[in-house]
Amino acid sequence: MQALRRSMLFMPGNSPRMLQDAAILGADSIILDLEDAVSLTEKDSARILVREAIKTIDYSAVEVVVRVNPLDTEFGAPDIEVIARVRPNTLLIPKANEEEIRLVDKTLTKIEAEEGFPSGGIKIIALIETALGLENVYNVIKASPRTVGVLLGGEDLTADLGIERTKEGEEIFYARNKVATVCRALKVDAIDTPFTDTNDHEGLKKDTARGKGLGLTGKAAINPRQIETIHSVFAPTQNELKWALRILEAMEEAEKEGQGVFSLDGKMIDAPVINRARRIVDQGVRLGLISGEGGAK
Amino acid sequence: MKITKVAKAGTLESNDILIMVSPKDQGIIELDLESIVMQQFGEVIKQVILHKVQEMGVEGVSIKAQDRGALDCTIAARVETALNRAI
Amino acid sequence: MKNLLGREIPDYIDGYGQVKPFQGSFSNCGVKTRSAVKLTSVLPNDQKVLSSLDDLFDKLKITDGMTLSFHHHLRNGDYVLNMVMEKLAARGLKGLTVAASSIFPIHAPLVKHMETGVVTGLITNYLSGPVAEAVSRGRLPKPVIMQTHGGRARAIESGNLKIDVAFLAAPTADTYGNINGVYGKSACGSLGYAVADAEYANITVAITDHLVPYPANPIEISQVYVDYVVKIDSIGDPQGIVSGTTKITKDPVALIIAKRAAQLIKASGLVREGMSFQTGAGGTSLAVAAELKKIMQDEEVVGSFASGGITGYLVEMLEEGLFRSLLDVQCFDLKAVESYRDNLSHQFMSASMYGNPHTKGAVVNNLDIMILGATEIDLDFNVNVTTGSSGVIMGGSGGHSDTAAGSKLAIVVTNLMKARLPIIRDKVLTITTPGESIDAVVTERGIAVNPRRLDLLEQLSRTQLPLMTIEELKQLAEKITGIPKPIETLEEIVAVIEYRDGTVIDVVRKVKM
Repeated sequence: MQALRRSMLFMPGNSPRMLQDAAILGADSIILDLEDAVSLTEKDSARILVREAIKTIDYSAVEVVVRVNPLDTEFGAPDIEVIARVRPNTLLIPKANEEEIRLVDKTLTKIEAEEGFPSGGIKIIALIETALGLENVYNVIKASPRTVGVLLGGEDLTADLGIERTKEGEEIFYARNKVATVCRALKVDAIDTPFTDTNDHEGLKKDTARGKGLGLTGKAAINPRQIETIHSVFAPTQNELKWALRILEAMEEAEKEGQGVFSLDGKMIDAPVINRARRIVDQGVRLGLISGEGGAK
Repeated sequence: MKITKVAKAGTLESNDILIMVSPKDQGIIELDLESIVMQQFGEVIKQVILHKVQEMGVEGVSIKAQDRGALDCTIAARVETALNRAI
Repeated sequence: MKNLLGREIPDYIDGYGQVKPFQGSFSNCGVKTRSAVKLTSVLPNDQKVLSSLDDLFDKLKITDGMTLSFHHHLRNGDYVLNMVMEKLAARGLKGLTVAASSIFPIHAPLVKHMETGVVTGLITNYLSGPVAEAVSRGRLPKPVIMQTHGGRARAIESGNLKIDVAFLAAPTADTYGNINGVYGKSACGSLGYAVADAEYANITVAITDHLVPYPANPIEISQVYVDYVVKIDSIGDPQGIVSGTTKITKDPVALIIAKRAAQLIKASGLVREGMSFQTGAGGTSLAVAAELKKIMQDEEVVGSFASGGITGYLVEMLEEGLFRSLLDVQCFDLKAVESYRDNLSHQFMSASMYGNPHTKGAVVNNLDIMILGATEIDLDFNVNVTTGSSGVIMGGSGGHSDTAAGSKLAIVVTNLMKARLPIIRDKVLTITTPGESIDAVVTERGIAVNPRRLDLLEQLSRTQLPLMTIEELKQLAEKITGIPKPIETLEEIVAVIEYRDGTVIDVVRKVKM
């Protein structure tokens, strides 16, 4: 079963204390950050610390993602070279464009062969935070079969666009739409940009719901206190679960009776609706809201 | 591997360790450890540090370590960083 | 001899006397007596006010070997204990015993008096700072007696602890000895820990920096117990007495622990109309109150009382209607002091009413839920809050054992590891509170329920809470930290840990250093 990525929590890569506790903070994924959270003079230190942490700390309960430095800096290549060898689940590639993703893919394939890891095992999430990256996001994802998702970086993107970043987020409406649509088309996760006011839980809730409403499937967090709110927005509601279970039951009935098309409450149920119901039930099962056999707990 | 200059790595924050290394004559390895968990883990910490020094093939070094309750993986990482910086 | 918890304790300890071993939380109960008090009648024209400590000690004949008592409501801002001891040292007194309900870093000058033989005995419920260090190094000829808040009141009332002179720091006093803690520049609110001292000491002296005309309403401690009133410039430093505000922690790990603890409380079925609750003022403990508040609001439940040391956060809960009342032995911040002064639903309780096991019922007996801390906890759920990681004394029971024994659900909330030290050990270095009164341990990585509480285990197994055995929890921590080398101690006993009923639950031995 594929890992859920409702929340992806950024953790500074040079803080032993944070690395120690990262797995128990409730996030689906943790992003051990070698980029923005680490000063230029500590890049070497953080790289080694994160490598040792992944080697020894039990992160089995979460997806371990490492944000390496951009490949056009002196730190990017050594980050991948060192980190890939301890086999994180995923690398988060900043300022992603097509060529870079291709290059990362090639490097990972080489390292996996050298280390005897299964080929293609280490996944990629592309951090889309430039206008070019956004417009080319379809090709960025297609650049490597390792790509399992896109993370939208609202701060850098708006800076690149030369526009103001606001709490309401009108300015990233298009970016969210674009990322959500392309990700859905290519069946990868679409992760929303973090909400930066860590004390405003109502604001976070609204912002998360806005992203979910546009089709984003998860959200990055910059503080552990944001996780619960994010999960509450992304969790299917009891009504959604009930609806989805009824659809699937009706479908089974219809199949038994050999009907291709069927209706429920007078409405025609077609493939997209069935797919949506499946996704909701699947998520409900993974969150323990319903049992695997169906039926609310 | 030859240590040619003074270097440090790590911090004095909780769960971290601050390592300072400086050159010494060939064959001399000096270690001065201070730790808030000296009684419980002093020996283990020394072993982790010396093991890393050996693993990296360092032949003469003086190490001053101030530990704030770091785990072994943190200690190894900080020693490695400090030694790399001191080459 | 071994006590019930398997601790090796001599039958007789020099400087302490015959040992009554701990036999179980409620084994030493039944018919008890209170001690009679000797007093000198005060006649109509007698005056109680004196203008200095020198005048007092000219009048009051303190002799070598006496026991002097102090309360700790001024906490780390207290000037009174140091001033009194300084005067007595200057007068050449020796062999005194200090019975202070708690000792803080501000009491560092006591170390000097211990070294010069002015003070040879110490009886307290909580010991921190330089005095704790000095005691642990064996600087006191007699072992310190460490009691609980309820146990101290019991010892005084039963006559086990005989006080020759009680010195009561009084934020407000009148000329005839009525005292309150709610007015004056050193206001500290409730004076719950001073009551037994005032009532049972041979001589009771109020020391105040705010002398008011008679009567000093509201009267917390009555004139009928007070022999003298001494007016001085300042009894304490307001900065050290109460903090401005008490804030809930933002530490993510502490918040996870708090949330789990609140979920456990909910699953236990104790969130119900009329529920009662107590928690400490520490970061994680207070966060539990915040999480519990959300649950109480969701379930539309109104509690009967919250008790103990009171913080502004509990005052807010009272004002928001989550509890009908507060029972207050000590105020932790200004907001609590103001509420205690102005709100009739915020009531006083003495240390005896709070936790004395030998009364006709202490408040702790009515407590549903108690949130506790721990420095160490062992596989039998025994808790240490007395000695720190190096074996040095750095705390004490306070109300820990009293509330654990009385409450229906006593939960220890703690990080599984502090710095590199795992909190769960095979055996704790010092037993402060017996495992039989601890029901569950909640950490960020898992919850362990005391196997004595099969009912609770059954309730929790229906939830998604991460239940483990305490052994599993210990192994989980040691996998991360490694196994710590045990602290080595010498034979010499530096402290005797009395359980609330006066039996000896453990001793602290001198550490090698």
